Amino acid sequence: MKEITKDLLREISEWNGEFKGAYNIREDGACVGRVSSKNIRIESKKDQPGLEIFIAANTKGETVSIPACVTHGDVDDLVYNDFYVGENADVVIVAGCGIHTETGEPARHNGIHRFILGKNSKVKYLEKHIGTGHGTGLKSIDPVTEAELDENSVLEMDTAQIGGVDRTLRKTAAKLGAGAKLLIRERILTEKDQTAKTEFCVELNGKDSGVDLISRSVARDNSHQGYHSVIIGNAPCTGHSECDAIISENGKVDAAPELHAHDTDAALIHEAAIGKIAGEQILKLRTLGMTEQEAEATIIDGFLS
Amino acid sequence: MLKLENISWSTPDGTPVLKDLNLEVPDGKSVVLTGPNGGGKTTLAKIIAGIYKQDNGKIYFDGRDITEVDITERAKMGISFAFQQPVRFKGITVQKLLELAAGKKLERDVTCDILSKVGLCAGEYVNREVNATLSGGEIKRIEIATVLARNSKLTVFDEPEAGIDLWSFTNLIHTFEEMRKSMDGTIIIISHQERILKIADEIAIVADGRIKMSGAADDMMKSLAENKSIIGRCSKQEALF
Repeated sequence: MKEITKDLLREISEWNGEFKGAYNIREDGACVGRVSSKNIRIESKKDQPGLEIFIAANTKGETVSIPACVTHGDVDDLVYNDFYVGENADVVIVAGCGIHTETGEPARHNGIHRFILGKNSKVKYLEKHIGTGHGTGLKSIDPVTEAELDENSVLEMDTAQIGGVDRTLRKTAAKLGAGAKLLIRERILTEKDQTAKTEFCVELNGKDSGVDLISRSVARDNSHQGYHSVIIGNAPCTGHSECDAIISENGKVDAAPELHAHDTDAALIHEAAIGKIAGEQILKLRTLGMTEQEAEATIIDGFLS
Repeated sequence: MLKLENISWSTPDGTPVLKDLNLEVPDGKSVVLTGPNGGGKTTLAKIIAGIYKQDNGKIYFDGRDITEVDITERAKMGISFAFQQPVRFKGITVQKLLELAAGKKLERDVTCDILSKVGLCAGEYVNREVNATLSGGEIKRIEIATVLARNSKLTVFDEPEAGIDLWSFTNLIHTFEEMRKSMDGTIIIISHQERILKIADEIAIVADGRIKMSGAADDMMKSLAENKSIIGRCSKQEALF
């Protein structure tokens, strides 16, 4: 494993020399480490690049990590990872992607993740994306997440793109069965001339299913972000989406939430707030002894935490 | 000591708010600034904190001319300001905000001690975000907690009673009474409330951009009760102005 990969792993997956539980490390499109556990089996796909991860029913308290790193330019990595989560399992999945380039050639990772959650299973999915290096080549990460949640299963997604990624198109789609819950918490920071687009489509098909989608973003410098969420309530269900964005300098944010209530007992809500940092917030922190710059950084750190 | 000399301030459209105002606040005292709405109290408080810059006049703090010193530097010198309408921060927890106020990491027992002074149970609040889910009474108490965490030489409270319900107000008075006993520094409170006036060492009436009258709290309370023309209009037991 390359030193750059180790650095990226520390950033995206809190790797400290080893992983706890099952893992697969992908480096420039190849596997550089894999361990399965008794309850979590990781296998290579036969027909396309990527993995099949089988989590046995009733597995409790285990973690599986599948980070992907691109360490130089002129790499276009495409991977399909499918997770089959058995009934009643309760696990943590740590994904994440780091891209590094020191040249003018582009580097891209496109991770397509599919989650099939069995009845009553619970998954916490952590995904952090980062770009590093001084190369002028575009660093792109285009994740696709597709999830099918069976009865009473819970998927909690905590995703963050914390800087250095020049282009990103994030697509998340989910279909929920009866009693299933989907919690999404997304944070995106763009700077310089970066662009980020995020799209959600959640179908609430089962009785008492619910989604809570919270997106917070900061667009600085000349960066541009787009947010588009679609929540479709096909049954008695609850749906809430919240898109908050801070813009500074010449940053731009477009937000387009869509709610579709196709059942009279579908209760859907959307909240959105876009604007620059409130002057009162800066003033308050200055009265605590911070400079204006320190106050801004503190507000943004907190907002994206 | 805080000393303001000949302070004047006008709104951007030129309407005079403070007119040649003079005020001295001795160390260790609690002083309530009261008076009718529009008299200049909040403007005065913001000028002390450096949030507004006076058009004319001088400000001295601990013997140093701070007329040109900005908000950040005044805060570092030991001046704290509790906002009338506290600011909310998405993503920043109560614990984090108190640590930002204190300028250091705070152990759980320290946080608990600060929050208990404003009548909040730390267990319920430390991990909550300082966002719109907090009620008016809760955010007010947290605002006060942030200035308590600073343990400043001078703390200015701008209408702490504003925007809170009667139940929270009763508790807030108790909080101020307790705070008065435990705080070492100087306190300036902008208030209309008689019960807050009663916890002051000194009272100054700000009206029409000037200090109309000031003195020891007992004497001033008597004067206010006897001579309501001092402030032009007066009111009821709970809200004097």
